[in-house]
Amino acid sequence: MAKITFDGVEVEVPDGTTILNAARQIGGSIVPPAMCYYTPLKGSGGKCRACLVRVAAGSAKDPRPMPKLVASCVTPVQDGMVVENTTSEQVLNVRKGIVEMLLINHPLDCPVCDQAGECDLQNFAFEHGVSTTRYQEERRTFEKIDIGPLIQLHMTRCILCYRCVYTANQITDNRVHGVLGRGDAAEIGTYIENIIDNDFSGNVIDVCPVGALTDKTFRFKSRVWFTKPVNAHRDCPKCSGNVVLWYKGKDVLRTTARKDQYGEVKEWICNECRFEKKETSDWIIEGPAHIDRSSVISANHYELPVLNQSVVADLPESTQRDLEKNPPLKLGS
Amino acid sequence: MQLTNRAKKLEKKPMTLAERAYLPAIFQGLSITMRHFFMKKATVRYPEEVRPFSPVFRGLHVLKRDEQGRERCTACGLCAVACPAEAITMVAGERKKGEEGLYREEKYAISYEINMLRCIFCGLCEEACPKAAVYLQPDKIAPPRYERDEFIYGKDRLVEPVSPDARSVRGIQLTPEQADALRNKLAQQPA
Repeated sequence: MAKITFDGVEVEVPDGTTILNAARQIGGSIVPPAMCYYTPLKGSGGKCRACLVRVAAGSAKDPRPMPKLVASCVTPVQDGMVVENTTSEQVLNVRKGIVEMLLINHPLDCPVCDQAGECDLQNFAFEHGVSTTRYQEERRTFEKIDIGPLIQLHMTRCILCYRCVYTANQITDNRVHGVLGRGDAAEIGTYIENIIDNDFSGNVIDVCPVGALTDKTFRFKSRVWFTKPVNAHRDCPKCSGNVVLWYKGKDVLRTTARKDQYGEVKEWICNECRFEKKETSDWIIEGPAHIDRSSVISANHYELPVLNQSVVADLPESTQRDLEKNPPLKLGS
Repeated sequence: MQLTNRAKKLEKKPMTLAERAYLPAIFQGLSITMRHFFMKKATVRYPEEVRPFSPVFRGLHVLKRDEQGRERCTACGLCAVACPAEAITMVAGERKKGEEGLYREEKYAISYEINMLRCIFCGLCEEACPKAAVYLQPDKIAPPRYERDEFIYGKDRLVEPVSPDARSVRGIQLTPEQADALRNKLAQQPA
């Protein structure tokens, strides 16, 4: 076990844990953002530099600070490490620079992009960046590649996080998906068509932090904040069948895997669940999916009632049971 | 039955001589009436006469076109999510090949409706629009109508008419005479 101090909070984690995961054990607003690191994908991380932190003391044995900021998602903790994230001016300034770097080649087509509203880059830029760009040169462009009727690839929006590459490596036996080219010309590879036939290829949509890979069956159907997420499951022979259905009125517009608070997919879902089952009768509905209050999707989104139980006497038994299972949200939390 | 104890007892005083004479009060009242004949009138003869609008007046919406006559709106939905009255609805569609002269972006609004009965003309949609597409015109109001559904303005009434000066629209070349004729025709159309 190693004991580290993260932003003044002490936490004890097993050896070999990364700084980012140690911070996630503390939780809250001090957790560094991550654009490329994805817990279920082995080998991911270290690409986007969004999670850079300052290590003020390397370990108990060698308390010298690390000379440069380190990527917290790939740096393992050491006993006695002191890490600064939100408490360090330098980290916050660098993060602003990272936003600017990521946005250099990212087209500002959020009004057109289907990912807008649940886009990691949008949130990241909103929270850590500046609202203007200093970049004047032409942004990179690519020839459009059609990768089938289910998934839409917009290479211009890609930030080269490699998440989809690792997903493809994980779901198929032989390597069929990769990044070709170097630097400015790097792009998600030619062989991406080959994974599309795989039963789990739709998961690249969920792992993509930006709108580079989006659901073609949902393309331009609705903005995400006009749809209502509902947890549902079905008996699926291929996958867990636990999904989120995105409703608009009575129609299921889109099906996605369930994600945790860091936007990471809990269980992969198969393409049949994702693209083909779009009727309410295909699913067993569990209830509204939780949406963070800070998200635009939470506008007009109602979960369990916010209520003061001690004030409301004689709650119906069914409500009490629901409340035990999902404790109500506290106002202002 | 007495409900409160705030009732006041009024005493009826006997009238003075001037009051009993009756006519002075009549003339006093009439003189006020007569004075108003010569004062500036508070009303105008609408619709022949229209009051000047304030420069910051927010009236009927318009969906603007760009310099090349293409629709600016890309159906991003920000106006609808900003709208406190939930008056705006839209359906987005994908631009097909050959429609580049009609729509500016790859996505456009197939239908765009504003319910003018719901709208409170707050201007938040105008503020939210990232494409400078929707504006509240400072000189137009939503005119009264008989039926409720006539207040649901679709794209046919919201989109700015194609300017005759934008000659390249849909590849049609207009002579100056044709442009004048089209401009006159558009001017005669009701708001």
